Amino acid sequence: MSSENGKRLLETDAGGLNFEATELTLGLPGEPRVTSDGGAKLGSKRGFSETVDLKLGDNNQEVKLGHSLQEAAKSPVSKTQVVGWPPVRGFAKRGKKSCKYVKVAVDGAPYLRKVDLEIYNSYQQLLTSLEDMFSCFTIRNYLNEKKIDQVNGIEYMPTYEDKDGDWMLVGDVPWQMFVESCKRLRLMKSSEAVGLGLKTAPKYSSTN
Amino acid sequence: MAYSFPDEVLEHVFSFIQSDKDRNAVSLVCKSWYEIERWCRRKVFIGNCYAVSPRMVIRRFPEVRSIKLKGKPHFADFNLVPDGWGGYVLPWIAEMAGAYPWLEEIRLKRMVVTDESLELIAKSFKNFKVLVLFSCEGFSTDGLAAIAASCKNLRELDLRESEVDDLSGHWLAHFPETCTSLVSLNISCLRSDEVSFSALERLVGRCPNLRSLRLNRAVTLDKIANILRRAPQLVDFGTGYYAAELQPDVFSNLAGAFSSCKELKSLSGFWDVVPAYLPALYSICPRLTSLNLSYATIQSPDLIKLVSHCPRLQRLLVLDYVEDSGLEELASSCKDLQELRVFPSDPFGAEPNVSLTEQGLVAVSLGCPKLRSVLYFCRRMSNAALVTIAQNRPNLTRFRLCIIEPKTPDYLTLEPLDVGFGAIVEHCKDLSRLSLSGLLTDHVFEYIGTYGKKLEMLSVAFAGDSDLGLHHVLSGCESLRKLEIRDCPFGDKALLANAAKLETMRSLWMSSCAVSFGACKLLGQKMPKLNVEVIDETEPPDSRPESCPVDKLYIYRSVAGPRFDMPPFVWTMDEAVRILH
Repeated sequence: MSSENGKRLLETDAGGLNFEATELTLGLPGEPRVTSDGGAKLGSKRGFSETVDLKLGDNNQEVKLGHSLQEAAKSPVSKTQVVGWPPVRGFAKRGKKSCKYVKVAVDGAPYLRKVDLEIYNSYQQLLTSLEDMFSCFTIRNYLNEKKIDQVNGIEYMPTYEDKDGDWMLVGDVPWQMFVESCKRLRLMKSSEAVGLGLKTAPKYSSTN
Repeated sequence: MAYSFPDEVLEHVFSFIQSDKDRNAVSLVCKSWYEIERWCRRKVFIGNCYAVSPRMVIRRFPEVRSIKLKGKPHFADFNLVPDGWGGYVLPWIAEMAGAYPWLEEIRLKRMVVTDESLELIAKSFKNFKVLVLFSCEGFSTDGLAAIAASCKNLRELDLRESEVDDLSGHWLAHFPETCTSLVSLNISCLRSDEVSFSALERLVGRCPNLRSLRLNRAVTLDKIANILRRAPQLVDFGTGYYAAELQPDVFSNLAGAFSSCKELKSLSGFWDVVPAYLPALYSICPRLTSLNLSYATIQSPDLIKLVSHCPRLQRLLVLDYVEDSGLEELASSCKDLQELRVFPSDPFGAEPNVSLTEQGLVAVSLGCPKLRSVLYFCRRMSNAALVTIAQNRPNLTRFRLCIIEPKTPDYLTLEPLDVGFGAIVEHCKDLSRLSLSGLLTDHVFEYIGTYGKKLEMLSVAFAGDSDLGLHHVLSGCESLRKLEIRDCPFGDKALLANAAKLETMRSLWMSSCAVSFGACKLLGQKMPKLNVEVIDETEPPDSRPESCPVDKLYIYRSVAGPRFDMPPFVWTMDEAVRILH
């Protein structure tokens, strides 16, 4: 059903507002939208598309984001995201933070690294990944066997700085809460932590 | 001849009139009825906190016991309203603290509530009973502790979907041991792990009238049984985490606890649900009328099993994991279904991750004769399906369809979905709320203007071709109260031509449309009873030519004049004050 007299472009006599210049549409360059009348517009560039490497024209959904996606459930973003669309409430907040990079410092290491906490689902995954990253160190995981670094016998405790600026031991709170409040990570030499008098193991470090 | 009923008789008669509309009508009959009515009005509902000032309300209704206030526009739910926009409740509390010492109930939606406000409530109202904070923000558990400690007759504390700064779980312990009056407690939005469980257990145990309890994620599955055994009279229950390794004794304990709740009709919560624990619910399923599984990430077969045990279900909220097959089962098992909401499990994914299409909705509309209210997210739709739904369910009153990709056409014919939505408004004569999506031209608005005579709220996104579309709606929809529009090519003409209409509505929201700054100024000038607010976070609207479109526009009627609590990025167009910042 098409409208013969429907206007494609809004042209007002008063003010001569050129609508086309202001219309926002969704779509990637090169992707046609088939419609019977007005409304078929190609996408206008938005800043976000520059940060995501897109493969157009094929069904391959692989997106290179610079780190490994461990979870299949995290579907790759292959188009620009419009603010507030789709209109889902709880997701709206989740959608805003699609990645959460935090700095990781290791006592004695000459440089810091960054990890995206959103790609992990549990403490175990995070700690394993950190061990891979800092392969010459080993990280103490309370509920596993005490791991000692082979080279110089030092073990490290994972700690993090939370929203209030306090340094906390990793593993006491549920994973999701940790992700939300963690600002940076520090692998602290266990010898420094001796005086902290930690008696009980963190609740969540191995089950989550 | 003047009638000679004494005022007390009239007052007594009026006390049976509860609805706001009727009360308003009563007050218009004559001056003396206006006077009598205003002294005995106990409940006030203010749909837009900026439409009237606290002082005006207090002046007219001096004996109010219950107030309901709404703040931010609906699109704030989707991050379209910047933080700091407004909606502060403190000025209201401050005025009411002096004027309504016997205030019992405060219900707020989308407002900014501070700890200071909560402390003021706790201090000021000696008989305070009901606090409902729906989608509010700005407060912490410290404020809640003040309420818990001071409100001796508290019946309801409902924090649904609010954002709370969860500083400490110990606030629950502030309920004194003498508090036994709780009827409803909803803390499901609290995010921390730190609910003081023993305080919660004791509180639940000493409140024999507790009917509704919604826990948060901190409460683990093994603790649920303890809670339920202390409150077998519960009618509505929200679980916490519903996940744990399957252990037979935990399972049987839980199943036993559920089965002892003979009144339980409504369930929600189910974070991270583990399917193996769902059968623990089977004993109460036959009585369930409301089930909220929108956080339950379980797959269709488990959903089907659960739903098939609930023949009395009237309300179901579920993720699209339910799939068409699950909805078909729902259609055949749940003949009492009145409301269905299907949420997307992966709204930002490019490809469908589940097999949920228009077929599921068609099946439910065919199979459930009492279906009235629909909220449905899907990735494809056809005019044929919409026509079928409309013809089968003319009793629909709320129809909100979200096709995830904007401007998606009919997948069969590749045409716009004008005809389909047209059928919805034409057949569903009592439709009061409608949300559109998909590819739509001005024609759909023509249908809406022609047939949508009872439509009160309309949400529009990425639709229409020209001002004609907006004009159809503003000129045709006689009952329209709230209109919210984003990313549509609607501009000055329709808005200015229908300026008077805006005074008959609560509010109009337009963002990423084509309304010029000049038109906004003109509207603000000509319509003193409207507050015309322009929102622009990047730069002041007058730093560009007048013909430039504004980013966001919020227009609402008000008898209080322009507000003065605006942040720097909101400008009000007012004739007396020019462009107020």
